[in-house]
Amino acid sequence: MWMVQYTITSLLGLFIQSIFVQNILLFNFLGMCSYLACSNKIKTANGLGVAVTLVITIGGILNWFVHNFITGPGALSWLGLETVNLSFLELIIFISVIAGFVQILEIVIDKFSPTLYAALGVYLPLITVNCAILGACLFATAREYAFFPNLVYVLGAGLGWWLAIVLMASIREKLTYSNIPKGLKGMGIVFIMTGLIAMTFMALTGINLDRP
Amino acid sequence: MSKQILKTYFLDPLWKNNQILVAVLGICSALAVTVTVPVALTMALSVSFVTAFSSFFVSLIRKKTPESVRMIAQLAIISVFVITVDQFLRAYFFEMSKTLSVFVGLIITNCIVMGRAESMAKNVPPIPAFLDGLSAGLGYGYVLLIIGALREIFGFGTFFNIRIIPDSWYATFSHPDRYVNIGLMPLAPAAFFLLGMLVWIANYISNRE
Repeated sequence: MWMVQYTITSLLGLFIQSIFVQNILLFNFLGMCSYLACSNKIKTANGLGVAVTLVITIGGILNWFVHNFITGPGALSWLGLETVNLSFLELIIFISVIAGFVQILEIVIDKFSPTLYAALGVYLPLITVNCAILGACLFATAREYAFFPNLVYVLGAGLGWWLAIVLMASIREKLTYSNIPKGLKGMGIVFIMTGLIAMTFMALTGINLDRP
Repeated sequence: MSKQILKTYFLDPLWKNNQILVAVLGICSALAVTVTVPVALTMALSVSFVTAFSSFFVSLIRKKTPESVRMIAQLAIISVFVITVDQFLRAYFFEMSKTLSVFVGLIITNCIVMGRAESMAKNVPPIPAFLDGLSAGLGYGYVLLIIGALREIFGFGTFFNIRIIPDSWYATFSHPDRYVNIGLMPLAPAAFFLLGMLVWIANYISNRE
């Protein structure tokens, strides 16, 4: 339940795997919308990256508990209900947990650190519909990670997303001075560059560090 | 409401305000599920269904939803339809549901659905909202099909699982100089390149108009 066959070394492997090899943005294509919309400046990209990493990690942990104690097959056995399978409710509970957590986070940050709130303000509600978060939770449940592997996986996914958006933002800042064909300006060139970055990440495919 | 206005609601998101090419929304799924045409078609239909009906119901309760719980209410409505689609696919198209894996569930966070609910459905009556949602889904769907077709034809030499590039054209040990599939096409970056090109073409056409 907590560790299964994973050792510290294989957890480290899983961590590297989820940041670089199977980067949630460049390998699984999740969280594209906010990545495309908010990668104009490094500063905003950084702020959004921090927020996403935080929400993905804590949302991932909460949803692990939801899956293992409420919605997974046989998860209700602690109530004596072995035969009840609530897996059809999984999606709606997951998204409510994420939305609720974002809402609470907004209140807490506003209360304790108004400066951080001002910096993140606009992006916080956006995070609810960032598919990287729901996606990471769903991937983690589909692969049936135990608690610590799940923790490492969601943290790695968040950091990987952060890395990818900051990479893109730094390129886009330089791109302002380049001479791009008129029709490709804006989104077109961003897609092509993302493709090129994804290709470089592909050089790492086939490395399997996540097996215990 | 006159027929003319309803027609505008339906036609606008198809080309002029296309959700993928112009608004750049819903990209995640557009890239991940376009390896072959059947998968792209399933996804296109699912998203059209979810967008149309969730827009309809969001619009139906638009005057009764308090501002503070708007997002959660919309998400709840959307997830009801996504769960319907998910269960339907699992029951009748199990193989397809396995291929799509988490991407059916991820329709909930598809920016198009949320975007239509936020920018259109909460301001207009149910019928225009339904038409708008449907055509936003269809506009997304045909882009998906174009990318899916290109990736399947050049990546596997098939269209809808039917072989269209004949086996005799392919390179063999005795004739290594013949045609080979483009190995990049089924992989991730090809989808980005194709989408970039489509955006370019769309920009070019709308600039000329």
